[in-house]
Amino acid sequence: MLALEKICKSYDTRHGRRQILKNISFTLERGQNIGILGRNGSGKSTLIRLISGAERPTSGRIRRGMRVSWPLAFAGTFAHNLTGLDNLKFICRIYDVDHKKVLPFVEEFTELGEQLREPVQHYSHGMSARLAFALSMAIEFDCFLIDEALVVGDARFHARCLDQLFNKRKDRAFIYVTHNAQHITEHCSNAVVLHEGELWQFPTVDAAFEFYMTVPMATSR
Amino acid sequence: MAEATNCSLAIGFATQCRVLHALFLRELVTRFGRDNLGVLWLVGEPMLFTLGVTLLWSFAGLAHRGNGIPIVAFAVTGYSSVLLWRNAATHCTYAIEVNRPLMFHRSVQAIDVCLARIALEVIGATGSFAFLSFFFVYFGLMPMPDNMADVVGGWLMLAWFGTSLALLIGAGCAFSDLVHRLWQPVSYIMFPMSGAAFMVEWLPKQLQEIVLYLPMVHGVELLRHGYFGNVVKAHYDMTYMSGCCLVITLLAVYLVRIAGHKIEF
Repeated sequence: MLALEKICKSYDTRHGRRQILKNISFTLERGQNIGILGRNGSGKSTLIRLISGAERPTSGRIRRGMRVSWPLAFAGTFAHNLTGLDNLKFICRIYDVDHKKVLPFVEEFTELGEQLREPVQHYSHGMSARLAFALSMAIEFDCFLIDEALVVGDARFHARCLDQLFNKRKDRAFIYVTHNAQHITEHCSNAVVLHEGELWQFPTVDAAFEFYMTVPMATSR
Repeated sequence: MAEATNCSLAIGFATQCRVLHALFLRELVTRFGRDNLGVLWLVGEPMLFTLGVTLLWSFAGLAHRGNGIPIVAFAVTGYSSVLLWRNAATHCTYAIEVNRPLMFHRSVQAIDVCLARIALEVIGATGSFAFLSFFFVYFGLMPMPDNMADVVGGWLMLAWFGTSLALLIGAGCAFSDLVHRLWQPVSYIMFPMSGAAFMVEWLPKQLQEIVLYLPMVHGVELLRHGYFGNVVKAHYDMTYMSGCCLVITLLAVYLVRIAGHKIEF
């Protein structure tokens, strides 16, 4: 189980303290999924960073009873002058996985061919994203964090990602963060809306969708 | 209950070792690459520095005081010890900042990225010192150490001091850029005061008391005492140095922990 208990997050800015998240609470079990809708700047990515553990909440508590992934397809942890293969080995060492076992899958999914043995700095955005996504599939997690903005690539890549997640791993838990309401209605059985730092819960995905359509873009304060 | 705690402690320790190993290899290849000598530069780089300084000091005749100390051995012990306490700290200044995205892997902590960089520097400096000593002794430019245990002891103490200082600087830089700005001049000024280029005995009494406040001076003195034996009169107090190292280590570990918690994107 993953449980967020009264999570608050504030940042110090030049214009004083700014609260991004206010009292966010929810729980998620393996096999469940939740879609989080929010306009640009509503705090979606902040929430994902807190859940992933890269950043700590200002107050509140996150209890992780299951293995939570890093944000899918996040390529920020790559060392750019190392090859794709070196980066794969690094991740495998950290998570105690034998890289030889996952290499066939990574080679097959990324379709990088010999490029896998080239430095990541020569990769395009799409190539980095493919490698990063494949790596997050190579490690076994119970709960996947998906920040849609990170999953850059063509339609075919998207389709293959969705297949890996929602068909091959539908027994896991998902947190799917996006500003595209269409994708939530397609893939999620629960939806919430992040608006002005608060999490709005709804009985159905359609109700969340309707509310979201009335929410204006976040204004910069 | 106690058993469960022991078990999770063991697992935690195994995880940290794995993470450190992974980070160490990553840093190693990131910094030195695989071209030409590749990772051999880990030892080659400090060796070139030490060699250069040794040549310079030999020509300048820095230790010409008729005190029977061979200049090559004096320079090698002196400059190697500087590398040991200075480079680790210098390479830790941006360690946390640069490796921030790695915190997305929850088993990676701020202290791990610092320790990986420190290990790299300590191993490089030690390899350089060992290799150069062996080389010079072999060609008769340097005497055999008088007391190996003192040499190793002095070296280990300097490595401890370097490690604790590097953690402190690494954490400090995460709190304020000011620490990074100040570290450069401070390390530069501390070099001539660190005992690398003098024996405490050579200084006037008043100055002796001042430089002996610097912990690394004690380490260098012990190292040199081990090398030259009773030809030199060494001034060191290992209780004082251990005490300083312990205080800095505890403070630094605490600060690195806080720095890790306040990482923001």
